[in-house]
Amino acid sequence: MALEVQGLTAGYGPVTVLRGVDFRAEPGQISCLMGRNGVGKSTFLKVLMGLLPVASGTFALDGTPLHGLPAHDIPKQGIAYVPQGRRLFGPLTVAENLAVGGLVRGNDSATLDHVLTLFPRLRERLTQTSGTLSGGEQQMLAIARALCLRPKVLLLDEPTEGLQPSMIALIQDAIRSLRSEGVAVVLVEQRVDAVLNLADRVAFMVAGRIEETMPVKGLAPETDVFRTYVGV
Amino acid sequence: MAFGPFLLLALMEGLVTAAILALAAAGLSLVFGVMRVVNVAHGEFYMLGAVLAWAVTTMFPGPPALAFLAAVIIAPLVVAALAAAADGLILKRLNYDPEATIVATIGLLYILQQAALSLYGPNANPVTAPFEWRIQLPWFGYSGYKLFVVAAAGLVLLALWQFMTRTKAGLVMRATQVDRSTAQAFGINVDRVYMGTFALGAGLAALAGVLIVPIQQAQYLMGHDPLLLSFIVVIIGGLGSLRGTLIAALIIGLSDGVISMFFTPTLAKILATLLVAMVLVFRPQGLFGAKA
Repeated sequence: MALEVQGLTAGYGPVTVLRGVDFRAEPGQISCLMGRNGVGKSTFLKVLMGLLPVASGTFALDGTPLHGLPAHDIPKQGIAYVPQGRRLFGPLTVAENLAVGGLVRGNDSATLDHVLTLFPRLRERLTQTSGTLSGGEQQMLAIARALCLRPKVLLLDEPTEGLQPSMIALIQDAIRSLRSEGVAVVLVEQRVDAVLNLADRVAFMVAGRIEETMPVKGLAPETDVFRTYVGV
Repeated sequence: MAFGPFLLLALMEGLVTAAILALAAAGLSLVFGVMRVVNVAHGEFYMLGAVLAWAVTTMFPGPPALAFLAAVIIAPLVVAALAAAADGLILKRLNYDPEATIVATIGLLYILQQAALSLYGPNANPVTAPFEWRIQLPWFGYSGYKLFVVAAAGLVLLALWQFMTRTKAGLVMRATQVDRSTAQAFGINVDRVYMGTFALGAGLAALAGVLIVPIQQAQYLMGHDPLLLSFIVVIIGGLGSLRGTLIAALIIGLSDGVISMFFTPTLAKILATLLVAMVLVFRPQGLFGAKA
């Protein structure tokens, strides 16, 4: 069972951004969305989280329809979101951010311990205000906060954007470990090397549609599809 | 009486003003901080608290202390329920748009005021203090009830602080205050948070109204001054900052007490307004508010 999206059309008010997106994310796989700026990758994740209304089309998790649910009910179904730019609750401490992440499922020490094992650096910073963390630590916290929800599906919007290589490696390790735990990871990513390093499948978006989907195995940085759809 | 005792009396009066102001302004600050709604009807919730306190104490058959206790419980709850209804019927329908809600709360101000005039009448009515105890200082006697007001407001504000920083509901409110959209993405029902916040803000204003009514009579136009002073306090303290609200209420309350006693109450209001102007020019986010 998986996250299944069919013919999803959505946008901002009168502006249509997504035009009939079909997409599938399987448990234990990292599915990547690539495309040029403005094709609708981030909008797609926001629609899945219920933060933007669906004009037409459906999406369902394990057969349960989610389209049309209010935004606050989507996480209860097991979908967690790491937005672009982290969007931490800056004045709240690290521990409080994690507590917000676990509100839906009920905060328990086992989940918190598991999350802090994935990101041990956060354990030393629990009482620190999250807005004062370094960029890499903030990204760790953004992912850790989402994991406190114990999600079946994790939506990540450019999680390594603007980070130094050592931090990128740490974050990528954590994402791989989620895959091995059976989480369906949907990753919006612009960097080809990150996609080749992490993803199992890649879907290329053009003008609000998924134009092509293929396994990552066998692709190389110089493969034509990257030049065609991402421009690199 | 010498200058020292006069100053002490002025400071004690100022402390009572500060306590009431801090309660009312904390409600206004909370509503703005979490909901981004400038509630122009806030003073009317204060007035309703006072008027309902009069109604409850008048109808309650027992001794004044018990009647007042009933008013302290019932009036803020009724006003909070009214505010929750106003949120659902008016503010939610406007999608909490900052400009539209200002106009809407101006409308709500007149509805509540005229409703009070129709149902309660134009007269000012006193409410008996729950006890008559006086503290006798060497220079003058002072109302024990006024000291009770200061202590009660302090306890309520402390409880509010604990609620905001130590409870799950407080965490949810603070997360919503920082980022409504991300809060939703973590399962927070923002509409419910807004309704609760508006009710809590109104309840605090109503409680201030109940506490003041044995000192000042209940009257349907009594919401104007607290509204103005609450805005002054919230602007100086920083919109949405509870700590700033408390400190600004102390500054405004104490200066009001001292200046009113040694000069005139009008001069106190003029100076408070000048202080607001200076804060807006030199530190628009207020003394403790975060920069936009």
